[in-house]
Amino acid sequence: MDWQTLADALFPRGHSLSEIDHFLSGIAQSGEQTIAVVGTTGHAPIGVEIALAQARFVLQTVREHAGKHPRPPILMLVDTAGQRLRHRDEMLGINSYMAHLGKCVELARREGHKVIALVYDQALSGGFITSGLMADACYALPDATIRVMGLPAMARITKVPEQRLVELATSNPVFAPGPENYLRMGGVQDIWRGDLAAQLEQALATTPAGDVRSRLGQERGGRNFTQRVIEAIMAGSDVLAP
Amino acid sequence: MNNDMRSYLESTARERVERLFDAGSFVEFLPPSSRVISPHLGQLDAPVAFDDGVVVGRATLGGQNVFAAAQEGGFMGGAVGEVHGAKLVGLLRRAAAEKIPAVVLLLETGGVRLHEANAGLIAVSEVMRAVLDARAAGVAVVTLAGGSNGVFGGMGIVARCTNAIVMSEEGRLAMSGPEVIETASGVEEFDSRDRALVWRTTGGKHRYLLGDCQAIVADSVVQFRAAAIEAIAACRSRSTALGLAELEQEHAMLGERIVRFGAMSDPLEIWAALGIEEPATIPMLDAAQFVAAASAHRMGGC
Repeated sequence: MDWQTLADALFPRGHSLSEIDHFLSGIAQSGEQTIAVVGTTGHAPIGVEIALAQARFVLQTVREHAGKHPRPPILMLVDTAGQRLRHRDEMLGINSYMAHLGKCVELARREGHKVIALVYDQALSGGFITSGLMADACYALPDATIRVMGLPAMARITKVPEQRLVELATSNPVFAPGPENYLRMGGVQDIWRGDLAAQLEQALATTPAGDVRSRLGQERGGRNFTQRVIEAIMAGSDVLAP
Repeated sequence: MNNDMRSYLESTARERVERLFDAGSFVEFLPPSSRVISPHLGQLDAPVAFDDGVVVGRATLGGQNVFAAAQEGGFMGGAVGEVHGAKLVGLLRRAAAEKIPAVVLLLETGGVRLHEANAGLIAVSEVMRAVLDARAAGVAVVTLAGGSNGVFGGMGIVARCTNAIVMSEEGRLAMSGPEVIETASGVEEFDSRDRALVWRTTGGKHRYLLGDCQAIVADSVVQFRAAAIEAIAACRSRSTALGLAELEQEHAMLGERIVRFGAMSDPLEIWAALGIEEPATIPMLDAAQFVAAASAHRMGGC
């Protein structure tokens, strides 16, 4: 989905989003609330510049509202093909730019801004870790592509035949791309169908406190070990709960 | 071999933990006898490890209580799967709950374990948030990067979310590995077989000069130990939590980096621009000589 169509569906009461070189930002109205919106478009590879541009917007939002109430929620709109695969980005320390973006989002959360993410097209590996996966809750559209890599590439690297991976993917969400699998594993809170504006308002009203993904993954049966391992370590137990 | 001479690079994760922390102080959480293995690798007929490639527990360091994690590069390159990631998250959450003064992360990893792709990706993001939650609870989180597999992928991001990073020259810190970039963008973009270029681009000296790591030491367990103690003390002398001022400063540094070096194509040019007189000699210097030559010119890390 292109970002204009998406923005019109999410913000029927209006928005002032603008896009420059795949960097999307602006202010929008969701129900009675004014929210800050930041993200990327056109399956943008995340290089140092666009990571820093997103961080700048988040920092600016925090700075402008320091000491004021209410603090506007931040909506991250995710469409990325992953981190940019260039020598230059590595030379400049792209991991530091990604970490910086993640830390700015974390600061915003701690300063009282709710942070919601929506994967409206693609969310691939490195570009997703510091955007959607840093939100209080990450949502996805049903047609979104979410993955680390496709099954053919996974087959090449793991030396497991692709056909076998396809079979396994039907029962184990760990292997296959797609929002439904991330939903089962707790990485995606919910999939939005129908009235997007209403679902955004609802999401802003029900933001979870803390990182609930390991618990969700267990409840939904998509990640059956994470929460038990965490709990065993927290409790000082040498055995996992059954 | 004299204990002082032991190579950090050549030690296993368990050897590092034994030798780096106070003698006999390390107590492992979910040890191999617990048999907590990856639930996914077996389906792919891949080997499993009884610690899933990461050792976590508590220890003392210079008499101070710390928590520690060490990734084993010899098992799937230290990559993060569901159980591996959950052990790191559990350790960090427990450190926050118990107000442990510091967590030391001995990272050596290619990032997400592709055999458990989706679970690994979510796990890395959970580790990232757990690091920041621990910091907010007053825990100093320090990364040591000196293993032969480097610190790559999402864990390269996690490392930069910790309070401080200590590297050796042999340590590497980046996001996408040279092979990945070469495969995706061609050998003219990044020749992964040009070892000198790989080290210049991802190695400890370049990271130190750019301000992405706070200390650089020789490849020895004893030196990493001393630097870890120092880094923890430095972190605990100020707030361990994220703050607006710190992030504004980091923002300015990262912005300046693009302006000054964004048009360059080799780290040698960056080193020269930083005022290093003979950049070509930098790779030859030992850690002490390097720090003497570089510390006045490096960009301020935070």
